Amino acid sequence: MRQIWQSITAPWRALPARQRTIITGGIAILLLLVFPAVDKSMKWQTLNDVTDVLVLVILALGLNIVVGYAGLLDLGYAAFFAIGAYTTGILTWPPHGLEFNFWIVIWAAVIVAALCGIVIGTPTLRLRGDYLAIVTLAFGEIVPIVMRNLGNQTLSIGPWRLMENFNLTNGVQGLNPVGRPWIGSFEFGFDPTPWYYLILLIAAFVIFANVRLQDSRLGRAWMALREDETAADCMGVDPIKTKLLAFALGASFSGFSGAFYAAKLQAIFPELFKFNLSIMILCMVILGGMGNIKGVVIGGMLIQLFDRVLLTQTTLIARGVGQTLHIAQLATVDLSLWRWFFFGLAMVIIMVLKPEGLFPSAARRAELHAAEESKTAETIG
Amino acid sequence: MTQSELFIQLLINGVTLGSYLALIALGYTMVYGIIELINFAHGDVYMLGFMISLTFLGFLGVRGTLGGWQLWVVIFGVMLVTMLCTGLINMTIDRIAYKPLRRAPRLAPLITAVGMSFMLENLGMIWKGPSQILYPDIFPAFDIPNGLFGLNTMVLFTTKDVFLMGVTIPLMVVLTLFIRRTKMGKAMRATAQDREAAALMGINVENVIRTTFFIGGALAGAAGMMVGLYLNTGRYLMGFDAGLLAFTSAVLGGIGNVTGAMLGGYVIGFLNAISDQYLSPEWTRAIVFTTLILVLVFKPSGLLGERTPEKS
Repeated sequence: MRQIWQSITAPWRALPARQRTIITGGIAILLLLVFPAVDKSMKWQTLNDVTDVLVLVILALGLNIVVGYAGLLDLGYAAFFAIGAYTTGILTWPPHGLEFNFWIVIWAAVIVAALCGIVIGTPTLRLRGDYLAIVTLAFGEIVPIVMRNLGNQTLSIGPWRLMENFNLTNGVQGLNPVGRPWIGSFEFGFDPTPWYYLILLIAAFVIFANVRLQDSRLGRAWMALREDETAADCMGVDPIKTKLLAFALGASFSGFSGAFYAAKLQAIFPELFKFNLSIMILCMVILGGMGNIKGVVIGGMLIQLFDRVLLTQTTLIARGVGQTLHIAQLATVDLSLWRWFFFGLAMVIIMVLKPEGLFPSAARRAELHAAEESKTAETIG
Repeated sequence: MTQSELFIQLLINGVTLGSYLALIALGYTMVYGIIELINFAHGDVYMLGFMISLTFLGFLGVRGTLGGWQLWVVIFGVMLVTMLCTGLINMTIDRIAYKPLRRAPRLAPLITAVGMSFMLENLGMIWKGPSQILYPDIFPAFDIPNGLFGLNTMVLFTTKDVFLMGVTIPLMVVLTLFIRRTKMGKAMRATAQDREAAALMGINVENVIRTTFFIGGALAGAAGMMVGLYLNTGRYLMGFDAGLLAFTSAVLGGIGNVTGAMLGGYVIGFLNAISDQYLSPEWTRAIVFTTLILVLVFKPSGLLGERTPEKS
């Protein structure tokens, strides 16, 4: 069996690696481009969901820069997503009277998110890794609280009235509607197809940026810092500036997807950007393999596939089994209640058994297993 | 309510909140002191303490307020069992999620800790449902200033407050004595200082770590039950909220420092009470997290901690 397989695939493997990449990449791009037509003719009606998945994949790619390349654990990444989305919302919400064009707003969202990354990063990036994780978590908690409270807020400390009926974000109700993009006289509406192509374009740009960054001078500086900060510092890498760039770039990618998401959903609420979202994105990065673009994209899609399709399908299967075997607990089980349990489990299992992720890059695998192989008495902790 | 009464009320609220925060913060700080890990799942162990004690009270069929010897037997019996359970749970968490990663880069166990926290939260949600849970109002609430001293005041200070402090403070004293006076406590201090050297001196480091997790989990379980008895309500997400507050307390007091964790707990308790009163409750969480960021940025060693260089 194996020999037959090998003889079939022999001409493929005989091709130079570069050509193979071009061919597989070309096929993948072609499939993505024709997907809306296929979806429509087969009546799957999945295009909207696929678009949402791509938004999350872009977020995962942005987080990959921070966590994967630079090795900074960010537990509040959804905050930057929220900032991007709210920038879009605030600048296009009709009651504010600032109905800016979406194509300007999306860049504003990117810039604001990056600035927020710099603001939160500048004082905190000199902290040790686990403290940084907690600071980002706290930041991720603060942002939705602020967004929720800045709707009709009257704030007074003693006799001083700091704000009076100040409404920036419309509180819990959220901003609705958010401005839609236009191209010429064509408006992006309820048809998911133009949204899909737009997010595909953004995803292509983000992946391209990721690939180019990976082996650039900056990318190598990030990885050097990740592996040994002291050594990298001695070699002339400015740790704070380099880490700050990782933070700002990671944040700016989530600004992109935040702006897109707000425009597509037409409404944003503070509840959309909770801690769970940050962890789901982190889970996507970890599952596929930190610091590895292909892994993050596949890992992100796997998590979303699991979350959106497999959980409901396995629930049906488990119920069917329960009914035929007369196991009452199984017949009424709802596995979608367990989704966060499975995400947590995935994080534990991956980190314990396969920290390089399911689809690791060769270099990262070597790095993460180097400690075990040399068995040097590296004092941890 | 007059200004002075308001102030006394804030003081009382701060101390009661601070008492259980301190109890949870101890678990964070002890584990951090020994293996330099933020045990993110600790808050959820506290939540499990709430749920386990609730289940045991359900077994006993307790519904209303108890009195006399029944009250003390039930409360302390259930508390002991709960503490045992949560201690064992915390030890199991360490065994599953942290022990295999003792030699891994330090962010690896932090990620598994977050994963563990999500698993426990999800289990709590499935176990007791996603909505607010009622906890039986066992302990009689008796208004002390009015009932006992005949003072005509608006200040609310009941036997429940006394009970909460009367349980949490002795627990902290016992823990401090345990760490200062016993052989195991000495081993814990030695391990916190230098794990390798402690191992060379014949200390069973793994055993020390297990004990630390057990004690931390037991204290969190006790805190969970106390909150149940005090507030008579809880939810599966209570662990996340209280965990972050308690972690802030631990950091504020100087993480790794047991006295600091207690101090931090009370400071954060007061801060909460003051912010609730003078600003508005919606902003309290934002205030606490901003405090956390400011402390970490400007004084990462906390109020009582020493500066620890990052070991690689």
